[in-house]
Amino acid sequence: MAKEGSVAAYDPACLPDFLPIYYKRLFPYGPYYRWISYGGVSKNYFTHREFSFTLKDDIYLRYQSFSDQQDMEKEIQKRCPYKIDIGAVFTHRPKDHKTVKAAAFQAQEKELVFDIDMTDYDDVRNCCSGADICPKCWPLMIIAVKIIDTALREDFGFEHLLWVYSGRRGIHCWVCDEQARKLSPNARSAVAEYLSVVKGGENQTKKVNLYDHSIHPSIQRAMKVVKTCFQDYAVKKQDFMGDEERLDKVLGLIPDESLRKHLREDYGEADSETSSFKWQALKQRVEDAKTLNKQEWKKSWAAVEEIMLQYTYPRLDVNVSKGVNHLLKSPFCVHPKTGRVCVPMDPDNIENFDPFQVPTLSQLCEELNQMGGTEDEKKRLKDYKKTSLKEPMQVFEDFLQKLEKTWKGKKLEQSDMKREF
Amino acid sequence: MDFNKNNKKERAKSKVNGRRDSDRYQHNLQFYSVPPTDNISLQDFEEYAVERLKVLKAVESVGVKFVKGTENYHEALNKELKNTAMKFITKSVIKKEKDTTDTEYNDRKKDHISHFILRLAYCRSEELRRWFIAQEMDLFRYRFGLAGNDSNSIKDFLDTNNLNYTPIPDEEKENLRTELVDSTYEKTTTSVEVTDYFKVPFTEAVDLVRSRKVYLSKGYAYVPRNELVSIILGVFRSNLSHSLAVTSRALPHLEEDDRLLPMLSSLSKRYLGQDYSNRKPTAGQITADMIDLLSKESFPLCMQQLHQGLRQNHHMKHGGRMQYGLFLKGIGLSLEEAMKFWRQEFTKGQTDPDKFDKQYAYGIRHNYGKEGKRANYTPYSCMKIIMSNAPGQGDTHGCPFRHTDADLLRQRLQAMAISKEETDQIMDSVKGGHYQVACLKYFQFSQKPKIEPTWALNHPNQYFEESRRVRTGGHTSSQPKATPHSASLTQSSTQSSTQQSQGSTQATVQPEDGFDELSLSMEDMVAIDGMQ
Repeated sequence: MAKEGSVAAYDPACLPDFLPIYYKRLFPYGPYYRWISYGGVSKNYFTHREFSFTLKDDIYLRYQSFSDQQDMEKEIQKRCPYKIDIGAVFTHRPKDHKTVKAAAFQAQEKELVFDIDMTDYDDVRNCCSGADICPKCWPLMIIAVKIIDTALREDFGFEHLLWVYSGRRGIHCWVCDEQARKLSPNARSAVAEYLSVVKGGENQTKKVNLYDHSIHPSIQRAMKVVKTCFQDYAVKKQDFMGDEERLDKVLGLIPDESLRKHLREDYGEADSETSSFKWQALKQRVEDAKTLNKQEWKKSWAAVEEIMLQYTYPRLDVNVSKGVNHLLKSPFCVHPKTGRVCVPMDPDNIENFDPFQVPTLSQLCEELNQMGGTEDEKKRLKDYKKTSLKEPMQVFEDFLQKLEKTWKGKKLEQSDMKREF
Repeated sequence: MDFNKNNKKERAKSKVNGRRDSDRYQHNLQFYSVPPTDNISLQDFEEYAVERLKVLKAVESVGVKFVKGTENYHEALNKELKNTAMKFITKSVIKKEKDTTDTEYNDRKKDHISHFILRLAYCRSEELRRWFIAQEMDLFRYRFGLAGNDSNSIKDFLDTNNLNYTPIPDEEKENLRTELVDSTYEKTTTSVEVTDYFKVPFTEAVDLVRSRKVYLSKGYAYVPRNELVSIILGVFRSNLSHSLAVTSRALPHLEEDDRLLPMLSSLSKRYLGQDYSNRKPTAGQITADMIDLLSKESFPLCMQQLHQGLRQNHHMKHGGRMQYGLFLKGIGLSLEEAMKFWRQEFTKGQTDPDKFDKQYAYGIRHNYGKEGKRANYTPYSCMKIIMSNAPGQGDTHGCPFRHTDADLLRQRLQAMAISKEETDQIMDSVKGGHYQVACLKYFQFSQKPKIEPTWALNHPNQYFEESRRVRTGGHTSSQPKATPHSASLTQSSTQSSTQQSQGSTQATVQPEDGFDELSLSMEDMVAIDGMQ
C-alpha cells in the first residue's frame, strides 16, 4: 500500500505503458460524446466533426472523424494518441475529405474558444518564464477566468462555458452555446478583440491605453476583480516594484514626465522601500494630481488603472479564437510533458483550483492499481469516478446537464414534427 | 421647337434595355442584394467594370491619405469621385424620388451591374475578396453619410431594404444612462438623453464591438443613432462576404467562356498592383548566406527588425515567420535555401533538428505551396502589415513605423546613421499616421547612393527591388514594369487557359499580362496608373 500523500512522480517515459490504460479505463467517453454530439439535434454534427491525433514520435494525423461513440472509442484505443485536438464541424465527414472537391469541403461550425497562455505574461512576471508556472504567478489565471467568464456571460449573453486547464502553462475556454458555434470568423475576432486590453509587441512598452476620460463598463467591472487581487498578487507575490529594474518598468508606463520625477523623489533609495510603500505612494501622487496639478492629471488620469491592467488583465491569443477551423487541444487528454490531465475547472470556484494538484497519468494508474482488479465491465465504465478524476468529472457533469437542457426541448419539437413517439 | 430636348430623351431611353422596372432603383444607394438580370453588350460589360474599378481605386487611395470620416477625407473623395464616369455617386440624396428620371435609372442600373461584375472578378481568393469588401464598404459608408441626418429618408431606405431598427424606450435608456455615457465615444449625460439608441444583437454591430465602442449586455449592443451606419455596414459586409464565398464556389461551373473569364482575371490582377507572388530573383539566385548582407543593404525596416530578432533569439513566432518567410520567398529565396536558412538559425537556439523538422518545416513548405491546399501565398503588402495581425507579446513583426513607441523608433533610426534632421522628418510622417511615407523617407536617407524616390511605397518587396536597383546602378533590375504597350497576347492567353483548368483555388498572379484583352484607351490607362 502506498503511503498516504505520496504520488508517483511522472516521467514521460511511462506514456507508452500508461496511456493505453488511461484510454481503456479512464477517458470519459460517455460524457465526452454527450457533449460533442450536442444531443444529436443537428444531423451529422458528430460524424462531421474533425479531430486530430498526435501520435508517438510527433506523427500528426488530421481529418479524423468517427461514426459514433463506439467508433471513437475504438480508434482512440487503437491509436493511443499523445494528444487529441478538436476541430470544426464540416460539410462532409472529415475522413472522407479527399473524395470531395476542395471548394465544397468547408468548416461550418465550432465552439468559440479562448486560449490564455502564461508565456504571454513573461514581461510582467518575475518568478517564472516560458513554460513554467508556480503559485506566485498562477493568480494571473484566476484573474483571467474571473474576468473573461463574467464578460462572456454578462456582455455577450453566453451561458455554456467549459473552462479547462491545459496541463501545463495555460487555460482554455470553450463557449458551447449554439449561437457561439455558429459565429463567423469576423464576429469571433471581434469578441476576442473586445476582450483584449493589453496590446502591443516587443517594441511597445506601454500596452494599455485608456482613452476619452471614461472607462468602458466592461473594463470597470474587470477593474473590480483586479483591485481585489492586486495587493496580494502584484505587491506581495511578485514584488513588482521591488528593485531598480522592476521599478523602472512600472514608471515607464506613466506618460507624464514630471509625475515620474516626483515619484522618484518620493522613493529616494529604491531598495530601501517595499513595493507596498512605492505602490501606495504612486497611487497617492496620481490622486493628488487630480486636484493639485491639472497638467500631470491630464496625461496620467488613468495611470493607476493602466498599470494594474498591464500587469494583470487577461492576455488572449486572438488568432486562436478567430478561425472556425482552428484546432484546439481536447479536454481530458494527457499533457505528454507534465502527465497532467486536461481537466475542467469550475469558474465559480476558481480560487480553489490548484494546478499542482491536478492528477497525473502515473498517479491515476497508481490509483487504479490500488483499487484492485475488478473485471466487472459495468464497474469499469465508472472507474474515473473512483480516482482523483472524480472532482473534475463532477464539474464536467454539471456543465453537461445545463447544456443538455437546451436541446431537450428541441428534440421534443423534432419528434413531434416527425410524429415519432 | 424642342428638337434638342426630344433628342436627348430619345438617346437616354435607347440605353434602357428592355422594360423599365418601376420598383427598382428607388434610391440612389443600393444594397446589391439581388443580382441584375439585364442584357448588356460585352463592351458595356468591360466598360462598367473598369469604371467601377476606378471608383474603388479612388476610394482606396483617398483612404490611405486621409483619416476616414474626416472633412478632408470627404472633400478629397468627393473630388476624386467627380472625376470618374460614375460621378452620380456623389449625389447626396437617398431619398426616394417620386419619379426616377431615365438618367437616374440608368445610372443606378450601372451602379448595380458594375458591382456584380466586380464580384465575379474579385471573389476568387481571400486577398481579392478582402480588398473588394473593404473598398465597397468604404464607398457605401461615404454614400450613406451623404444622407446626413435626414432620418425620414434613412428610415425609408432601411425599410425598403428590410432593415428594421426601432429606438429603445426612454425608460430603458434611463436605467442604462451611466453605462451608455461611459461606453459611447464622446458622450455626455445630456447627449445620451437626446440621442436615440438602438438595441441590436451584437453580431450586427461587430465593428463597434471589436473596438469596444459600444455598451453590451447579455448579447445585445446599444448603438447610438450616429453609429447606426456601422450596423448597416455590418449587415452589408456580412451579406457581401457570404455572397462572394458562394460566387467563388460557383465560378468553376460558369460555362466555358472565352470572353468573360480572361477579362475578369486580368482585371483583378492588374489593378491590385504587383503582388510579388511569382517573381524571379533579381540578381541571380538568392541564397541563405546572402541574407545578412542583403538585410543591411536593401531590406525595409520591418524585415530588418525581423531578421535581427531571428539572429538574436534563434526563434521567431508565427506572425513573424509568415511576414518574413513570405517576404524572403518574394525576393527569390528558393524553398531549399529557405529551409536551410530557418533550420540553421532555429537549431542554434532551443530547437533541436528533430523538433525543427516536426514543427516548423511543414509551415515553410506550406508557404511555398507544397502542402495543404497548395495555394501560392503572396508576400504581405504594407497595407496588410500595417492594418492587420498587430504584434502581440513577444512578436517582432508588424510595421516599425506603426508598431514602435515613438521614442524607441527615434532612437533606433539615429543609431542607424540617420541624421537628426532626417529622423525628424520621418517622425513627422509617423505622427501623421503616414507610415508608408515614413518608410519611403527612410529608404531615401539610407540607400547608397542617396536618391529621391519617384514612386510610392506599398510593398516590402517593392522596397527591396528598388533598393537593389539603386545599389547595383540600375543594371540588374526587377522585371520591367507592365506597360500598356507590352503586347504579349499569346503569353496572356495561355496563362488564362491554365487558370481555367486549375479552377478557382490557385491565385497565381502573372504580372506581365498585357492590357490587350481590355480595349482601354490610352487616357484610361494613364489615369489608372497615376493613382497611387
